Amino acid sequence: MHTPASETPILRAEHFSKYLGGRKILDDCSICMHPGDVKVLIGPSGAGKSTFLQCINCLLEPDEGEIWLGEKQINVKNSKELCYLRQHVGMIFQDFNLFDHLCAQDNVALALRKVRGMSKQDALKRAKEELARVGLADRASLFPAQLSGGQKQRVAIARALAMDPTVLLLDEPTSALDPELVGEVLTVIRDLASHGMPMIMVTHQMEFARAVATEILFMEQGQVIEHGAPDDLLAPGTISRTQDFCTRLCDLCSGDTGRIEE
Amino acid sequence: MNVFSAIIEALPYILEGTLVTILLVVGALSLGFCIGVPMAVGQVYAPMPIARLISLYVWFFRGVPVLLLLFLFYYGIFGLIGLEVSTIGASCLVLGMTSAAYQSQIFRGAILSLPAGQLKAGRALGMRDGQSIIHIILPQALRLSIPGWSNEYSILLKDSAMCFALGTPEIMARTHFVASRTYEHLPLYITAGLIYFAITFAGVSMLRRLERKVRIPGYNTSGM
Repeated sequence: MHTPASETPILRAEHFSKYLGGRKILDDCSICMHPGDVKVLIGPSGAGKSTFLQCINCLLEPDEGEIWLGEKQINVKNSKELCYLRQHVGMIFQDFNLFDHLCAQDNVALALRKVRGMSKQDALKRAKEELARVGLADRASLFPAQLSGGQKQRVAIARALAMDPTVLLLDEPTSALDPELVGEVLTVIRDLASHGMPMIMVTHQMEFARAVATEILFMEQGQVIEHGAPDDLLAPGTISRTQDFCTRLCDLCSGDTGRIEE
Repeated sequence: MNVFSAIIEALPYILEGTLVTILLVVGALSLGFCIGVPMAVGQVYAPMPIARLISLYVWFFRGVPVLLLLFLFYYGIFGLIGLEVSTIGASCLVLGMTSAAYQSQIFRGAILSLPAGQLKAGRALGMRDGQSIIHIILPQALRLSIPGWSNEYSILLKDSAMCFALGTPEIMARTHFVASRTYEHLPLYITAGLIYFAITFAGVSMLRRLERKVRIPGYNTSGM
């Protein structure tokens, strides 16, 4: 769709539509990922960003659309292919969704054992490595309720990375965090991006999006209405819906006491 | 006859009944657990027709008195299907099936109280729903079920006294038998009551201890 035809995309989601309660909340959205791509979905609340993201690994089943993993089209009605898809598409949630009854290490190890069929010993070893990678080697035996929000999200990232995903989906990974904890999570994500981990991220951290994104997709009313490199969409003086949205968002965040006009 | 000697004389006989009562309760609770957990999972996650069927089961066993169920199955249905069971076996089965209906609702409530994100997270890692339920949902739901389950234990224990109507030789039946022979009703029924009280207390404290033992670190069981 966008980039060179020479390379096979690692993931393609094409013409996704989704209806909820008779309303079309996702309208013909497509995304195509090549190695190293970091794509950021932005847009106003209710634009369908999270819906789109959750359709990609079929946590929400799209009503229309095709999903391709490399050369293989996934039939999401087939539970084996569905598990295969989800195994290769990692997901980070806004509210972490760590397994509350398992310590950090077991959170990471569970799917390694049950999905990958690794032995307990190997899975725990791998889990320790992944936790070390997000800077939590010394927290391996703590339970989710004993971790801070930022630490929880880093465990969630380690848990997703342990499955060696082809693409990582991040659904507002820092929105549920205290402001002073946002940094530690963004650092981990930035690090992943610089190591070429393909990611699709929904975020409101505009500065961050601008810094790491290879492409920004602006969504509104269930459609991708603009997309392009951050510099094209956000360069000063550009007139784009994205630019307009970001300006308003920045005004809000700058602590300006004046009222924001709609 | 002296009051105490009446109790002491009857005690071994009644205590033997205590073993029968404990057997009934343990058997019925286990059976109820084994049927109740899958029923709860089915009610929450299974497709409509199966969930409806389970609701029907729950509706029936909760809607009819235990005593009626005991008679219905022991004198009616078990004979009809050619199942030959002792009174103890029959009591155990009927109490177990009844308890399954109640237990399923305890577990269902616990499952529904978990955030939907737990199953989502399992799915997102490529786990099958069955795996997620066994390794993620149930370990958490069962922990949350312990307080409600200890209620079910104490109610079932006392419901087991109704098996006396089938002639099951448990505490109540034996006490009644001795009392009607010796006419020492008051001391004997007080004794039986104290035995029920002791078993209830012991079981409930054990469950409370279990609750603390399997507590997830970072959570507490006191509410403060």
